[in-house]
Amino acid sequence: MAESHGSASKFLVGIFDDDDVVLKAVKEVKDAGVRIHEVYSPFPIHGLDVALGHPRTRIGIAAFLFGLTGTLTALTLTMYTEKLDWPMVVGGKDSYSFPVYIPIIFELTVLFCALGMVGTFIVSNGLGPTVKPLMFDLRTTDNKFAMAIDLGKNKLDETKIEQILKASGAAEVNVKQF
Amino acid sequence: MASVHAIPSLDEQYEFTAESKRRLIIGIVAGVALVGLGAYLLASGAGSHEAHHGAAHAAAGHEHAGAHHEYKWTTRLWANVWVNAVYFTGVSVVGMFFLSYNYLAQAGWSSAFKRIPEAMPAFLPVTGLIMLAVFFIAGHDLFHWTHEGLYDPNSPEFDPIINGKKGFLNKPFYLIRMVAYFGLWYGLWRVLRNLSLQEDLYGGTEYYNKSIKFGTIFLVVFGVTSSTSAWDFVMSIDTHWFSTMFGWYTLASWHVTGLAVMTLTVVTLKEQGYLKWVNQSHLHDLGKFMFAFSIFWTYVWFAQFMLIYYANLPEETIYYRERFSGYGEKYLVTFWVNLFLNFAFPFLVLMTRDAKRTTIFLKIAAWGIIVGHYFDFYNNIMPGTVGEHGGFGPIEFGMILIFACGFIWSLSTQLTKANLVPKNHPMLEEALHHDI
Repeated sequence: MAESHGSASKFLVGIFDDDDVVLKAVKEVKDAGVRIHEVYSPFPIHGLDVALGHPRTRIGIAAFLFGLTGTLTALTLTMYTEKLDWPMVVGGKDSYSFPVYIPIIFELTVLFCALGMVGTFIVSNGLGPTVKPLMFDLRTTDNKFAMAIDLGKNKLDETKIEQILKASGAAEVNVKQF
Repeated sequence: MASVHAIPSLDEQYEFTAESKRRLIIGIVAGVALVGLGAYLLASGAGSHEAHHGAAHAAAGHEHAGAHHEYKWTTRLWANVWVNAVYFTGVSVVGMFFLSYNYLAQAGWSSAFKRIPEAMPAFLPVTGLIMLAVFFIAGHDLFHWTHEGLYDPNSPEFDPIINGKKGFLNKPFYLIRMVAYFGLWYGLWRVLRNLSLQEDLYGGTEYYNKSIKFGTIFLVVFGVTSSTSAWDFVMSIDTHWFSTMFGWYTLASWHVTGLAVMTLTVVTLKEQGYLKWVNQSHLHDLGKFMFAFSIFWTYVWFAQFMLIYYANLPEETIYYRERFSGYGEKYLVTFWVNLFLNFAFPFLVLMTRDAKRTTIFLKIAAWGIIVGHYFDFYNNIMPGTVGEHGGFGPIEFGMILIFACGFIWSLSTQLTKANLVPKNHPMLEEALHHDI
């Protein structure tokens, strides 16, 4: 969900006071034929992702692949250094005695996975030193819930959408330009 | 969105049908027949062992010279009883363990199916009495440390290392401990069970708060007794050897087996039309539990193995050598079966989210864990007790059948004794709306 808005886009932002209301509103607004850009909340709301119709996250696949990269790196590293490049006998064991390297393999798997997921987090949330994130309403970090609607991606006009938002329980509706 | 199951009634009674009773009786009879067959084969073939007895004796080395000088085929029978008794003791007590930590954590979700772990510890007196009986009948054959000569400096059998463990490994203290374990575990379970049944009748949070208190007491007790019982029941068989990881290791094994039994019971009851309010999220959490604690078991297994392997101390390594290449590689297959079924198998089967929410995958993984951890205990107990006379034949299959059917009988009887919905449990509402 990298947020790329090259040209100026105009949003309608419905502000809600209650998580139950916003959850109910998501369904009503969608039923009225409005495409919702995103809902912002100070805390996770159970069932919101399903109500918004977000596709199942692929973050697990990413984690698996990062982990696998780590496993293969560790296998290559230990096998190359201890068996191919400079075989060494330690403690009377074979120069490549697999159990000895399990901790290294495990740790590198975890390390690659963790670092990879940090990167994934930064990219998928559109964060970064030069990126300016979209902030629809600062109060969503405190006690308000915001439903953002991209007017450019909706067929209904502004007043109609504003009515739908108000009818579904929005305490206020603001316009936000980026 | 949360799939909130409308719950039509707060009353649901489990029925232990005549059909299932009949099946369990057939299972027990078949088990007895198999054990009888196995015993007959062993008893009649016992003479053939004499020929190579001397050679095997010499190969077994010093440690087992004492234990094996009078090997009888009945040792294998008692060793089998012991393996199963230890295994099912663990499965039973983990029901109590699960309840206790869920009370302590004030977990809500698990109250939806709490009658199942609550029914498990009822089997404890059975395994407890069996273990006491086996210790009296065959303690001398199973436990090397019970030999009197080990502690007598004038005896040729005298063993200074075992003599040093005399303060802990002596018959009176061992029996006191054994009675204490089962007494405490079963007694505290009875308290929790009664509180839970009274809560059903009268309601109120008073019973819940008391349950937290007694659950916590149990956890403190179990924190010590889970380790010491693992030393007593399993580790003391290989008397010279010790591992500081062993208590954790056995607890991990017991715990994950108990979780698998719990999951399997929940899924089976659901398939029979009970527990309609248990939704995919509950199953998902049970799947996570099995997945996580399979990895935990592997972690402890490996931590124990790794240090011994790396340190290369002969007196420690002998333990793995016996299981790996000792006794003509008799235990090599079960050694690998153990690692495969308890780590690789649940790890791969339960890795995805969908698998943990699908009953068939949960059942496959649970069966893998249940079978796998039997082999864990088999592998820990058999080499030290029967050694080269061990094997996997009718006697092993039969004994598993007898114990498994007995356990299912005890579990089913307990399930009929209470409403399957803990209807006045303060967390029930939360559990019914469980959504992840």
